[in-house]
Amino acid sequence: MKKKWLSYPYMIWMAIFIVIPMALVLFYAFTVKDGESVRFSLANFQKFCQPVYLKVALRSIMLAFYCTIGCFLLGYPLAMILASKEYVKKRMLLLLLILPMWMNILLRTYAWMTLLEKNGLINNFLGNFGLGPYQFLYTDVAVVIGMIYNFLPFMVLPIYSVLVKMDHSLIEAAEDLGAGRLTVFRKVTFPLSIPGVMSGVVMVFMPAVSTFIISRLLGGGQFSLIGNLIEQQFLWVGDWHFGSALSIVMMILILISTAILNHYDRDHDNEGVGGLW
Amino acid sequence: MKKGFWMLLAMGLLFCVALTGCGDSDQPMVYVYNWGDYIAEDVIDLFEEETGIKVRYEMFDTNEDMYVKVKAGGNAYDVLIPSDYMIEKMVKEDMLLELNYDNIPNAAQTDPKFLNQPYDAENKYSIPYMWCTLGIIYDQTMVTDPVDTWEVLWNDNYAKEIIMLDSPRDTIGIALKVLGYSMNSTDPAELDAAKVKLQAQRPLVLAYLVDQTKEKMISGEAAMAITWSGDAITIMEQNENLRYSVPKEGSNYSIDAMVIPKTSQNKENAEAFINFMCRPDIALKNTEYIRYSTPNMGAYELLPDEIKNDGVGYPEDSVIEKCEVYVDPGDAISLYDKAWTELFAD
Repeated sequence: MKKKWLSYPYMIWMAIFIVIPMALVLFYAFTVKDGESVRFSLANFQKFCQPVYLKVALRSIMLAFYCTIGCFLLGYPLAMILASKEYVKKRMLLLLLILPMWMNILLRTYAWMTLLEKNGLINNFLGNFGLGPYQFLYTDVAVVIGMIYNFLPFMVLPIYSVLVKMDHSLIEAAEDLGAGRLTVFRKVTFPLSIPGVMSGVVMVFMPAVSTFIISRLLGGGQFSLIGNLIEQQFLWVGDWHFGSALSIVMMILILISTAILNHYDRDHDNEGVGGLW
Repeated sequence: MKKGFWMLLAMGLLFCVALTGCGDSDQPMVYVYNWGDYIAEDVIDLFEEETGIKVRYEMFDTNEDMYVKVKAGGNAYDVLIPSDYMIEKMVKEDMLLELNYDNIPNAAQTDPKFLNQPYDAENKYSIPYMWCTLGIIYDQTMVTDPVDTWEVLWNDNYAKEIIMLDSPRDTIGIALKVLGYSMNSTDPAELDAAKVKLQAQRPLVLAYLVDQTKEKMISGEAAMAITWSGDAITIMEQNENLRYSVPKEGSNYSIDAMVIPKTSQNKENAEAFINFMCRPDIALKNTEYIRYSTPNMGAYELLPDEIKNDGVGYPEDSVIEKCEVYVDPGDAISLYDKAWTELFAD
């Protein structure tokens, strides 16, 4: 460890941009304004325990949960296709999957608005068959669709990287022993891919539970999530203390969900991707 | 160990230098912080040419964004253009410098109607830049009832055809107005009644938007939306079925005004800039580009008659008399926050 000083720039970077801001958030969360000064208090967390805020938190968790399920159902088969042996197509597919991520999330979400709105593409298409127009935009379904679209790659890539590294001889062995395709999947492929699934779930759930721009654009401001609540506290009310407390609550939520996943993941923790958290 | 310490210190210093950025040069400067798309395109160049003062121009999206950034310090802006209630808040918090009117002779062009407002009763800190009313923009092919009252926003015939504002102050303010209260109410009971009124309206509302209102109304996604007169003019140019109305119960009218923050390093340049913006030909350029209404009498005289008389940008005095300018609610903002959060919790 001779060149230890090489790590100092990173340490300073982390101190300025991670440790100090975190300390500030903690400071604000556990204090309240008392005239000109501030004093220690748990009032911000008490405030959060009111039913109004708990409802918003619950809605955030539910929407993020639906989004995670949706991403899993769509993402797993896609990851399997990507991990199968047709190399040429695989490159192309991977590229198509990642390409939208190079665009800004705002643009991607705006695109969904043109698809879903009353005079949008989907309703125009349905109109040809005498159906609709339906109100897709500004519903909670639109919010979940937007989340799934934006976060799908975070589910596919970890599963893909586990599947592609999987020892193929295990599958051959199972087939030799007379297992059908379904049994191979159920008993061999899926259990071995669980570390990938777990990190996929965490990586989708985290941004989904904290998003505020997707719910703003596709929900028409009607589906307030924790992220919207935090933004409102900082920018509009100017209550940095309660806003920080909400941020802490959200971080705890994410910590708990990762802890639960890691608990189930313990047996499979031997290979790369699963140890992300 | 010792070597490591010095290394650490040197890198820390390097960081600080990198973060503080470049120092001042000798060229006279003025740092302007204005709303996005809120100045005619060539005005800054004209100002630089005529005065030799270099303009560094930055933009914000909401008063609150601007406030957070100015309050945090760091950027020494010279001219800000916030709205009425935000100016009041900044005056209360002692964030603004008094203007020296000797350096701003063109301020005399300001229509007295827009002076001595509650946010700056003695005109010590601010000179109005633009003003507008809040009203309903509607598609006359879709709306059959007369749009002269806020009550039309509670009409079942337009279920899922109504766009409200994603802005607590304005949307709650409208409900207060319907109930016959002031838009500046800080009475918990009145705000609670407004919340109940808005909860009753929620099933009829398509969405609560701000920036997207424009395109949604142009493409006919909704029958009615709440918007500001300045934006209404821009929207109506792109869809001829749209009309704008300020309801008879009265509404909000807002003034954006130029102020100088205490952190300013170039106060005289700032005053030169404000003076330039008040010159009738420049104010005319700005109002024609932005489409908001000018409080500048010289510029108003130069406007074509159809703009003066179409009732959108420059309504009759009787309409304005019924409108209120927002007042900073102070700590009562938490009541608005509570009503707004409860409105969307279910």
